[in-house]
Amino acid sequence: MSLARDDVEKIAHLARLAVSEDELDSVAAGLSDILQMVEQMSAVDTEGVTPMAHPLHMVQPLRPDRVSEENQRELFQSIAPQTEDGLYLVPKVIE
Amino acid sequence: MHNKSISELAAGLRAGEFSSVELVQHYLERISSLDPQLNSYISVCNETALEQAAHADQQIAAGDANPLTGLPIAQKDIFCTKGVKTSCGSHMLDKFISPYDATVVARMKQAGAITLGKANMDEFAMGSSNETSWYGPVKNPWDLEKVPGGSSGGSAAAVAARLCVAATGTDTGGSIRQPAAFCGITGMKPTYGRVSRYGMIAFASSLDQGGPMTRSAEDAAILLQAMAGVDPHDSTSVDEPVPNYSATLNDDLSGLKIGLPKEYFDSGLDDQVAKSIEEAIEEYKKLGAEVVDVSLPNTGLAVPTYYVVAPAECSSNLARFDGVRYGHRCEDPQDLEDLYKRSRSEGFGAEVKRRIMIGTYALSAGYYDAYYLKAQQIRHLISDDFKQAFEQVDVIMGPTTPTTAFGIGEKADDPVTMYLSDIYTIAVNLAGLPGMSIPVRPVDGRPVGLQIIGNYFAEARLLNVAHRLQQTTDWHQSAPGGFE
Amino acid sequence: MQWETVIGLEIHAQLATNSKIFSGASIAFGADPNTQACNVDLGMPGVLPVLNEEVVRMAVKFGTAIGAELGKRSVFARKNYFYPDLPKGYQISQYELPIVGLGHVDIVLDDGVVKRIGVTRAHLEEDAGKSLHEDFHGMTGIDLNRAGTPLLEIVSEPDMRSAKEAVAYAKMIHQIIRYIDICDGNMQEGSFRVDANVSMRPKGQEEFGTRAELKNINSFRFLEKAINFEIERQIDVLESGGEVVQETRLYDADKDETRSMRSKEEANDYRYFPDPDLLPVEFDDDFITAVTADMPELPEARRQRFMDQYGLSIQDAVTLVSSRMQADYFEAVVAVSGDAKLSANWVMGELTAALNKEGQEISDTPVSAEMLGGLIQRILDNTISGKIAKQVFDAMWNGEGSVDEIIEAKGLKQITDSGAIEQIVDEVIAANPQQVENYRSAEEQKRGKMIGFFVGQVMKASKGKANPQQVNELLKQKL
Repeated sequence: MSLARDDVEKIAHLARLAVSEDELDSVAAGLSDILQMVEQMSAVDTEGVTPMAHPLHMVQPLRPDRVSEENQRELFQSIAPQTEDGLYLVPKVIE
Repeated sequence: MHNKSISELAAGLRAGEFSSVELVQHYLERISSLDPQLNSYISVCNETALEQAAHADQQIAAGDANPLTGLPIAQKDIFCTKGVKTSCGSHMLDKFISPYDATVVARMKQAGAITLGKANMDEFAMGSSNETSWYGPVKNPWDLEKVPGGSSGGSAAAVAARLCVAATGTDTGGSIRQPAAFCGITGMKPTYGRVSRYGMIAFASSLDQGGPMTRSAEDAAILLQAMAGVDPHDSTSVDEPVPNYSATLNDDLSGLKIGLPKEYFDSGLDDQVAKSIEEAIEEYKKLGAEVVDVSLPNTGLAVPTYYVVAPAECSSNLARFDGVRYGHRCEDPQDLEDLYKRSRSEGFGAEVKRRIMIGTYALSAGYYDAYYLKAQQIRHLISDDFKQAFEQVDVIMGPTTPTTAFGIGEKADDPVTMYLSDIYTIAVNLAGLPGMSIPVRPVDGRPVGLQIIGNYFAEARLLNVAHRLQQTTDWHQSAPGGFE
Repeated sequence: MQWETVIGLEIHAQLATNSKIFSGASIAFGADPNTQACNVDLGMPGVLPVLNEEVVRMAVKFGTAIGAELGKRSVFARKNYFYPDLPKGYQISQYELPIVGLGHVDIVLDDGVVKRIGVTRAHLEEDAGKSLHEDFHGMTGIDLNRAGTPLLEIVSEPDMRSAKEAVAYAKMIHQIIRYIDICDGNMQEGSFRVDANVSMRPKGQEEFGTRAELKNINSFRFLEKAINFEIERQIDVLESGGEVVQETRLYDADKDETRSMRSKEEANDYRYFPDPDLLPVEFDDDFITAVTADMPELPEARRQRFMDQYGLSIQDAVTLVSSRMQADYFEAVVAVSGDAKLSANWVMGELTAALNKEGQEISDTPVSAEMLGGLIQRILDNTISGKIAKQVFDAMWNGEGSVDEIIEAKGLKQITDSGAIEQIVDEVIAANPQQVENYRSAEEQKRGKMIGFFVGQVMKASKGKANPQQVNELLKQKL
C-alpha cells in the first residue's frame, strides 16, 4: 500500500496536523514504508477469527451513582492557555 | 549507599545508620554530578523530595514505616504527579503541571516512597531508543554512544547508573523490558490490568502497562507490591488478589518447565546474544529446570499487528491535545482549524505525528476492516499461540532483544528497522501477558537481557524464577564504569 | 404528483442520574461554568472512564418499556472528531452493539387508530459541553459542565408519515421516560432533544427519498411546525425539478423555517472503534428482573386498562395517561366519586383548564383528588348541580375549604323542596304574562324551546340552586 499526496492531506486533516506542501512527499513515503511492513497481515487467513479488543475476557465494572468530585476549576484552569469568566476560550466557532 | 538493595536500605533507615534526608541528598548529589552526561531526568524534585524525606524520617522514628518508606524513586514522566511537571517527553506538555496524581504515584506515596524526579522517555512512550524525547536523547550508562532503549530509557539509565533506588516504567510494546535489557537492569511488565493505568498518560490503552525497573528481582517484588492491585478509577484493572511477591522469591525451581520458542532464536538474533541466553538457560538447568521446545508460529506478525493496533489507539488517545484546556497552544491562532493544526504540529514530534497518521488511516472509512479489524483478529491468533505454549510449559524464555544496545542515531532515520528491533517483546503486550527482562552475561561490555514470559497473573512465579538466577549469578550486580 | 412523507426521529434523553456517565461529577443544571467538570470530563491526560451503574439500569428499564431486545453484551465505542466542546477529541458512544435493540411503541392517531412505530435501537453515550458565542473579544467560550452527562439516544424506524405522527411518537417516548423516571423530560433545558429525519417520496414508491436532518427543536409544537415547513420546502424543491440535498438543517422558531447549517459540508469520518478503556457491559436475566421489578404500569397498558375498566373512549384514555401523575390523580378521583366518565370530564375539563390558566403542573394543584372526588359525589347525590359545582370548584381552588364547607357557607345546596320551587315558579309565571300567552298559543313542537325561557328565569330567581328537573316538571304542569 502506498499513499499519495492527497491521501496524506486527507489523513492529516482528519488528525488535525499541518503537513506543508514540501513535506507531503516525504511523509507519504514514510507512511507507505510502514504500511508496506503492515501489509504482511493480508496474507493471513483470519476467516472466523474473533477480533480481540482486550487482552483479558472481563466485563465492565460499574461505579455507584454518587457525586464524588468537587469543584476544582481554579486548579484546572491554572494550566489552561486562555480562560475568562471560568470559560475556556477558543477562536470563534462558526455555527 | 547507592549499591544497596531496597531491603538493605530500609534496614539501614530503621537502624538509624543513615536518614532518609541523607539518602535523598546523596542521590540528588549523584544526579547533579552524573546525570548531565546521561540526561536520564526531565525534572528533579529537589525540594519536595527533601520535604518528603524529612516526613519519612519522622515516620521511621515513630516506627510507622512501610518497606518503601524514605526511599527515593524515579517516576517515568508519563505518570501524572500532582504539582509536578508531567511532560510525557513532549513539547506539548512542557508546561503541564499535573493537577492530580496517577494511581501508581499515589500508591507509591502511600507506601512511603519519595518522588526523586521524573525520568526521561520517548515522546508519549513512542520509541525504542529514547531519541524521540523533546528533552533530548538519554545516553546508555554502559556506553555513552549507545541508546539506553525506550521508551522507558530514562528510568533504565537512572537505575543502572544508581541515580535512584528504583524506577517505574511503562511497557506498550517492550518499553520496560527492552531498556532494561540494554541497561543491564531488571524490568517487569506485569499482566495487563495488574497495575492501574489511571494517570498514566495513554499511548495505546489496550497494551499499556506500568511496572517496576530495578536492579534485582528482589527489589522488583517490593516495588510491584506497592504498584499492583485493582483501582476503581481504571475499568480495565483486574480485581484479582495481589499475592505477597517477596514470599515466594526463593521457591525451588526443580521441575520448572521452560519453553524455548524456536522463533525467538532465528536468523535475526545476534550470535553472541544467543550464546549469553543459552548460558543462562544452562544455569536454569542446573537449578533443576527442564527445557522444552515450543513454537509461537505467529511471532513474525506481531510487529505488523502492533503497528496497526497501537497507532489506531494512539490517534484517538492523543486527540485531546488540542491546545484548548492545557498543553501547548500556538501563537495567535487565526481560527479554530489553525489552533488545532498548529498547536498539534508544533507540540508533537515527528514519530508521534507519524503514528497518529498511521492510526488515523487504519481507522478511516474503507480501511478499517483491512487494517484495524484484521489486526485485532491476528492479535487473537498471537494470543492463542501463547495459550497453547502455556499448556506445555510454566515459563517461556528467550532474548529480550535481537542485539545489544545500538548506537545513538543509528536507526533514528529508519522507523521500520527501529520497529523490528522490538520483535521479541511486542507479542507479549498483544496477548496481555507478564514478561520480564533480567541481565545475563554481557557482550563486549554491553548488557544482554533474558526475557522471561509467564502466564496471566504469574508475576510471582516470574520474580521467583528471576530471583533464583540472581542468587547463583552476579550479572545483575555489576555497575557501569563511572557510576559504581 | 402525490407525495408521501417519511419521518424518523432521533431523541436524546439526558438520564436523571446524580453523577456523570463516566465520572463522579454532578450533572445538576445551571451551575457556574466548568465548576462541574472534573479531570475526567476535561479529558486530562491519563484519566479513564468508569461506567455509572445507574445508566445501565435506566437503559434496561427503557428497553423493557418498549418491548425491546436487550443487548446483554453491549460495547462502548469512540466516535472521533474535533470540536472544542468535545474535550477528548472523541465521544464515547455505542456503535455496533447498543444496549437496547429493536423495540416499538404504539401511538394513537386523531381518528383513534393505533399505529405501531418501530424503535431501531437505543444506546448510551456522553453529552458534549456547550459553546457560548457571546462576545469574548471575538472568541467563543467553552463550558464543559454538560460534558459527560449521560444520554440515551433513541432512534426510531422511518415509520412516521406526518408531522402529527411524529409528534405523537415523540410524546409517547416522552411519556415513557417520565413514567419510568429516567429523564426529567425538560425540553427547554435540553434534557429531551428531538432531531427529525424528513424525506419525501412519490406515493407508492418503496425507495426512500433523500433526507434532511432537522435540529434545534425544543418543543413538541416546534417539532410539528419544523416538519411541516420542511415537507413544504422539500415538495417545492422536488416539484420545481430540483433535488433534496442530504444535510443538517436548523429550525428557527422565530422565523418558523428550517435553514441549512452553513458550516463546511465535509464528509465526516468518525473512525468508530471499540473504546479500549471500557470493557463490554454484560448483564443477565436476574439483573433485568431486579431492575424492572419496580417498574410502574406503562402508558400503553394503562390506556388499555382505562378503556376496559372505566369504559372510557380511546381519546379520553390517551389524554388521561399522558402523564403518570395525571393518570394517578384520575384514578384517585374515581376511587372517591365512583363515576369514571364524570371524573374524566372534570380532570380533563375544569382541572386542566385551571392548571393551564395558572401555568401549573398537576403536582401543584390546590384541589386534591379527594376533594375533586368529593365534589363529584355531591353532583351525583343531587346536593348541587353541575353548574353550581363549578363555583364550588373555583372556591376550592382558592382555598376556601372543603366541598361541604363551601356548599354550606355559600348556601349552594340545591333546592329540592317542591313547595319552595312551586312558589318561585308561580312568581315567574305571574311576572311574565306575555310570554305565558305566547307559550300557551304555540304549537306543541315549539313549546319545548320556549320553556327554556321560564327555566332560566326560575334558576335565576333561585340563584341556580333549584333542581332543574323539578323546575321543568312544575313549569309544564302550570303552563
